[in-house]
Amino acid sequence: MASPLSAGHDTPLGKVGLSAEAEKVTAEKEKEGARWSECIMRIRDRQDREAFALLFRHFAPRVKAFLMRSGADATLAEECTQEVMATLWQKAHLFDPARASAATWIFTIARNRKIDALRRTRRPEPEDLSWGPEAEPDQEEALALQQESEKLEAAIGALPDKQRELIEKAYFGDLSHSEIAAETGLPLGTIKSRIRLALDRLRHAMK
Amino acid sequence: MTTNTVKHHLTDALLMAYSAGTLPEAFSLAVAAHVSMCDECRARLGAFDMVGGALVETGETAELSDGSFEATLARIDGAGHENPVKPSPKVEGVLPAPVRDYVGGDLEAVRWRSVGMGVKQAILQTDSDATARLLYIPAGCAVPDHGHNGTELTLVLQGAFSDEVDHFGPGDIEVANEDVDHTPVADPGDDCICLAVTDAPLKFRSLMPRLAQPFLRI
Repeated sequence: MASPLSAGHDTPLGKVGLSAEAEKVTAEKEKEGARWSECIMRIRDRQDREAFALLFRHFAPRVKAFLMRSGADATLAEECTQEVMATLWQKAHLFDPARASAATWIFTIARNRKIDALRRTRRPEPEDLSWGPEAEPDQEEALALQQESEKLEAAIGALPDKQRELIEKAYFGDLSHSEIAAETGLPLGTIKSRIRLALDRLRHAMK
Repeated sequence: MTTNTVKHHLTDALLMAYSAGTLPEAFSLAVAAHVSMCDECRARLGAFDMVGGALVETGETAELSDGSFEATLARIDGAGHENPVKPSPKVEGVLPAPVRDYVGGDLEAVRWRSVGMGVKQAILQTDSDATARLLYIPAGCAVPDHGHNGTELTLVLQGAFSDEVDHFGPGDIEVANEDVDHTPVADPGDDCICLAVTDAPLKFRSLMPRLAQPFLRI
């Protein structure tokens, strides 16, 4: 489904005022996840509002759809989407492109907001790892993760409708624990290589 | 806190549900505690988060309200920029951080209640969809029958226990459903401390197997 915002003009974001250059870059690299990571780091490093506008235009409509599929009405979903995107700005310093793609990171923020606002419960987080003195994101690891992330997106995009529906139900909360245990059609090869990458990164960071 | 000797891990279903944010709080606590102790499940959880990201990325879009972007900027300007928070200093202890948060400290802060035969328990305060408790089993002792419905997760925090299924050491998690009738016995030599999570009595809807639906068999 095409984004209602991708038409360029006559959008709810018509007043954002992206520069012509930024428009061109977005059009060219719409699909490139690495660009979204860069945008988050531009926010982290210099509170770059243009980078934020690009992220907003791409992710806010997706986050809102995710929240609505999870059971929020349009008003609550809109409010939560704004909170999720504001959190992205405020927590940009916590983003590590070697640990998560932009889409993954934004998903976790939206997921947490969903638990607070819709389920009104808590989700305890695992103990944070101390990544050691050399915790600076590794370019190569960030790139490898980006590639895995694109592969997974392609694989999920190519799933038959019924399987995709099943995975979506699990993530939107319509599926019980036991039902998830059934075959979901997840692209296991890609998931396994993602796991290997994460383990390598953990071992590297713990050295 | 990580141990590399973990042999019993979380199921994909539990990791996926935790990633999706659909578990009762007590189950989330057990998952978070195990992941704190197990690199492999931490990595697997990262993969399930990536599936969530891919669903958002490739999923539908919803039309935003008029002025949504400006309203978000106003929220940001209103809140100011968050300063980087230094991670809290690493605490060495028996309990992994998520459990310490519920206890309000490490083992010495646990308010044990005897349940008989030397076994003690402490219920942790979570939402009512499931119950989380710490269990203290003296070395060589067995847990009295604590019949449960639905799913039970038992994570070893200290010591070890054996039951009819296997032997479980620090960081190991046993995922048992109602048809596993098990009697954990602590190893001789070291008192065993576990985090045990069960569906609350008569409230097992979220984890009860529903009738298998046709689409699951594709």
